[in-house]
Amino acid sequence: MAIYPLKETKSPPQSQIKAVVWLKENLFSSALNIALTFVALYLIYLLLPPILNWTIFNANFDLAADNQSCGREGACWAFINSNLKMFIYGFYPQEELWRVNTMFGIIVALVVFGSLIKESQYRAHYIIGSFLIYPVIAFFLLHGGLGLEVVETDKWGGLTLTVVVAAVGIVASFPLGILFALGRQSEMRIVKFISVIYIEFVRGVPLITILFMASVVLPLFFSAGMDFDKLLRALIGITLFQTAYIAEVIRGGLQAIPKGQYEAADASGLSFMQKTVLIILPQALKISIPNIVGSFIALFKDTTLVLIIGLFDMLAIVGAATSNSSWLGREAEGYVFVAMVIWVILYSMSRYSKKLETRFSTEHK
Amino acid sequence: MSELTNKEIDKKGCCDIIEINGLNKWYGDFHALKSIDLKVKEGEIIVVCGPSGSGKSTLIRCVNFLEKFQEGSIIVDGTELTDDVKKIRQIRSEVSMVFQHFNLFPHLNIIDNLTLAPIWVHNKTKQKAREKALQLLDRVGIKDQANKYPNQLSGGQQQRVAIARALCTSPKIMLFDEPTSALDPEMISEVLDVMVDLAKEGITMVCVTHEMGFAKKVADRIIFMDEGQIVEENDSDAFFDNPESDRLRLFLDQILSQ
Repeated sequence: MAIYPLKETKSPPQSQIKAVVWLKENLFSSALNIALTFVALYLIYLLLPPILNWTIFNANFDLAADNQSCGREGACWAFINSNLKMFIYGFYPQEELWRVNTMFGIIVALVVFGSLIKESQYRAHYIIGSFLIYPVIAFFLLHGGLGLEVVETDKWGGLTLTVVVAAVGIVASFPLGILFALGRQSEMRIVKFISVIYIEFVRGVPLITILFMASVVLPLFFSAGMDFDKLLRALIGITLFQTAYIAEVIRGGLQAIPKGQYEAADASGLSFMQKTVLIILPQALKISIPNIVGSFIALFKDTTLVLIIGLFDMLAIVGAATSNSSWLGREAEGYVFVAMVIWVILYSMSRYSKKLETRFSTEHK
Repeated sequence: MSELTNKEIDKKGCCDIIEINGLNKWYGDFHALKSIDLKVKEGEIIVVCGPSGSGKSTLIRCVNFLEKFQEGSIIVDGTELTDDVKKIRQIRSEVSMVFQHFNLFPHLNIIDNLTLAPIWVHNKTKQKAREKALQLLDRVGIKDQANKYPNQLSGGQQQRVAIARALCTSPKIMLFDEPTSALDPEMISEVLDVMVDLAKEGITMVCVTHEMGFAKKVADRIIFMDEGQIVEENDSDAFFDNPESDRLRLFLDQILSQ
């Protein structure tokens, strides 16, 4: 027989210089890894200098320059500066630009105020209220009416249009997606059947097809007088498309909820609605956050497809701006700029999704 | 034997609070419950035991309609269980259940887990529900964990929360579905203690469990099930001392020799 005394707890051994350890573990851990590291370094050596030269060292940062005085060896950033309004507002009338700015300003104000009342018991009311009222205000500001001069949607464009299309697609498809996800899980045969047919049909068709359908085929069914707005048709098409994807993402979350949760909710006497809203959806949506945001990011990029039905989103503006004779041949600057803007927006969305996940985590609070 | 049982039951309330008549249930072709007849008096403590797959869980899950059944009738506190959603909800609001895997709601903290049904099903005010919840948490010995989330508690603590949650709606009947089977051995007693406490208070309890010590201590009647039917039922002393059927004798040998 042996008895062992309790051992002391010690702190872990201090490793050598951290950077060296990191390099060893991540870049030089095996023969293959060493080889890949050198290949990667070589590729960087090939690519990075020309990129830096074009965007910075040989570029012309003189914002007043014109196409001739800029030169061809580097980027001409004056192109962005002189077309900035078009990139942001499209062809929206100059004297009405304050309306677009106000619309963006209200969003910022709403978000800032929302983050200030994080602890308030009325936060949920505030958020839901904002989602219901803001679209009305935004539409009134952008489109006009009630004393504001009407700006037809074919004048909308640039970042404004991109944001409008993406935001409407996101905000409208989310609740619809939840309904279809629940519908697909439903025990009612007809509801389930309709949901499955809808989801599988839409997911089997590319977005381009749906946009073409909405802009070319749909008007054939209406008499000439009933023709409705091209942007509206695109928005409906995109929402229908996104709904199917969101529904599938949320269905994945619903399926991950253990049967015991349904049983516990049932056993306590909650109604179907209460069970769904209070117990099942909060958990299902939480699990689905990464995929929901992933799907929204994909949608944001897909909005550039509205180009093919003649709407001028930010990407399409590059074409419009460079077809102006004074800025011929400056596509590269335009595309790089648009790519940067879209990257910043999407990266923020992705970071925000990470933050949401941490906030809703109940594992280690 | 039957005389003894009746005498034992007579000590308790006058009326049958659960009445099961000719209950048959099939999973597909599998006959899971075979013509079950069972009456439970108000305030009675019933323990249901038997080998796994014998239909004990299925039986008590029929009582609050978590399982549908094809034949027979179940009457709970005067209301007959049918497909009628209103009746099902009414019965469920009087019958609470404690599950093997706790089934706490992981996205709500402990206090919200407890107040959910009182607020949404029983229309209690937030304030009142909270007071009662804290009182019950105190009783099961984890008041200081009220603002934590289920995943931060040990299994034994979670099951005690689950019992408190079940009690929060002041149910007439408590159903326990193997409440200690998923627990680490050192946590079983803390849960059983709470259940023993509860048994002394006169609430009707139907427990599916393998804890024979618990059964001996508190059960008014013990029911032994095998292959979907009730094989033997007796008061707790006779159940252990004079098992009549071979199957029960074999079962007791196996379970008590551990």
